[in-house]
Amino acid sequence: MNILVCISNVPDTTSKINFVENGTKFDKNGVQFVINPNDEFGLTKAVWMKESHNAAVTVLTVGDQSVEPTLRKCLAIGADKAIRIDCSSKDGFSVAKEISHFSQKENFDLIICGRESIDYNGGMVGGVIAGILDYNFITNCVDLDIKGTNALVSREIDGGIETLECNLPLVLGAQKGLVEESDLIIPNMRGIMMARQKPLETIEAQNFNAESINQGYHKPDAKKEVKLVKADEVDKLIDLLENEAKVI
Amino acid sequence: MSILIYTESENNEFKKSALEALSYGKALGEKMGENVTCLSINSNNFNSLKQHGADRIIDIQNQSLEKFIVKNYAEVIHQIVISESIKTIILSSSANSKYLGAYLSGKLESAYMSNVIELPSEINPFLVKRTCYTNKAFSTTEIKSEIKIISVSSNSFGIIENVTDPDIKKIDVEIKSSDLKIKKIDKQTGAVTIADADIVVSGGRGLKGPENWHLIEKLANLLGAATACSKPVSDLGWRPHSEHVGQTGKPVASNLYIAIGISGAIQHLAGINSSKVKVVINNDPEAPFFKAADYGIVGDAFEVVPELIQKLEARNNNN
Ligand SMILES: Cc1cc2nc3c(=O)[nH]c(=O)nc-3n(C[C@H](O)[C@H](O)[C@H](O)COP(=O)(O)OP(=O)(O)OC[C@H]3O[C@@H](n4cnc5c(N)ncnc54)[C@H](O)[C@@H]3O)c2cc1C
Repeated sequence: MNILVCISNVPDTTSKINFVENGTKFDKNGVQFVINPNDEFGLTKAVWMKESHNAAVTVLTVGDQSVEPTLRKCLAIGADKAIRIDCSSKDGFSVAKEISHFSQKENFDLIICGRESIDYNGGMVGGVIAGILDYNFITNCVDLDIKGTNALVSREIDGGIETLECNLPLVLGAQKGLVEESDLIIPNMRGIMMARQKPLETIEAQNFNAESINQGYHKPDAKKEVKLVKADEVDKLIDLLENEAKVI
Repeated sequence: MSILIYTESENNEFKKSALEALSYGKALGEKMGENVTCLSINSNNFNSLKQHGADRIIDIQNQSLEKFIVKNYAEVIHQIVISESIKTIILSSSANSKYLGAYLSGKLESAYMSNVIELPSEINPFLVKRTCYTNKAFSTTEIKSEIKIISVSSNSFGIIENVTDPDIKKIDVEIKSSDLKIKKIDKQTGAVTIADADIVVSGGRGLKGPENWHLIEKLANLLGAATACSKPVSDLGWRPHSEHVGQTGKPVASNLYIAIGISGAIQHLAGINSSKVKVVINNDPEAPFFKAADYGIVGDAFEVVPELIQKLEARNNNN
């Protein structure tokens, strides 16, 4: 089985979010970049399938050279091969087009993306790839079981879980549940050493047009100070919620 | 030209989130000088659409659309986009609508914008405001593609009454059979879901153990709220994963979020920040949640919550 895992390189979840150049660019100063958490759940599942399904796992990022440490980490976790499509990513759509273009020739059985990235939160890359390639697409996946060319997938829906069955090829939107947090693989020394020997290929981009452009960013206004109510005066809280905030 | 709203229904009732998408679409239509067309699938009671601004309703009744198969739904929308020359598609932020939006984007080769929280500030260029960095920031984004697909973030725009007398057009669609099948749907019946809830009551590790969750459930019940929890609580198996909210869990955009025994870690706050009013109950006055909350009580949850329950019961009995 041939698996592609699409990796987004994102600021660590504890990063302070700031913008520079008049609010047009994310301030990378002092920020550590990591594998997008949703992608990492997917990657871990794929690495497990090397053993259970004799899978070959390729990781891919669309980005400039600065994403390479993140790809190396994916190799250390267990991916067999990494690919970087060389361009600075413009929008989710053009990234998905690059990935689709690349995947067309490769015949992946399974393409795994994260449900969404924690920076842009677009939640579109997997869907766009599936829409373009006319593959099946299932997102918010919390369970996956592949037998032959058939996939049994559970996905979270509002208020419950849905179980679906379909043929491969399949594009999957991963999230926590596909594997658990405690299942995530922390690379050991051997993994890190081996990762250095594994191929990290750079491919020229097609430079598809972006369909959307971020003009600028801003942060929420500073918050008002919290209004404290004494523990033995909960009546007051009810009154504030009812008459001041008008939410109950 | 018309703006197309995918109005999602369940058990023959249009969802609250669908009515919010419609309210948004109607206001956008007024700004752009276009009317709004609601797409209704397998529903036959259009009253709520008539109360929230529908100018036209496309009524599709089709057995093969009984279950939500994303490809089939996208195919229906594709056919309508062509036959009605649609340029703007509005979706809600329900799990299925966001699923559909992403897939449609590829199928129509058009931009899809999720988490949109306001009407576009300008139409030409088309500039939308959306949340990003998991609610820690906003971006102003220009949509360039001719067809624009927008998911309206829950509780961001509100539901606006607007009584209309829409034309109803029944159409037939052709659906190819798909190898993708839905085998099973497990849904809690009766419980309010986090996505649909106006109020969410959420518990953290400060509640000490699953045996104390009756407090959260009781309070939620009195308020008609959904229940949620912090990540460690679901990791520890005290509550199901589906209740985990935050950066790596579900996002919450309710009108009221009540956090009990939750410290307010940055990853937790990221997921719940778009809730309008936040209340924290925590015995540690230094807990970071107090910096993010609108109202707070410094106190022991095991004393404050029963008290709150009692007062709310008394209030409900008086009303
Ligand atoms: C990559 C990553 C992603 C993450 N994603 C998420 C996420 O999506 N969602 C999430 O929630 N967390 C997430 N976390 C975890 C997060 O950092 C915190 O560890 C977590 O939110 C803490 O949960 P808590 O507030 O329930 O527990 P604690 O931090 O243990 O806080 C418990 C609180 O309860 C209070 N308390 C104790 N006893 C009482 C009492 N009797 N009455 C009242 N209050 C009491 C304490 O004062 C304390 O503030 C993530 C972490 C990482 C590293």
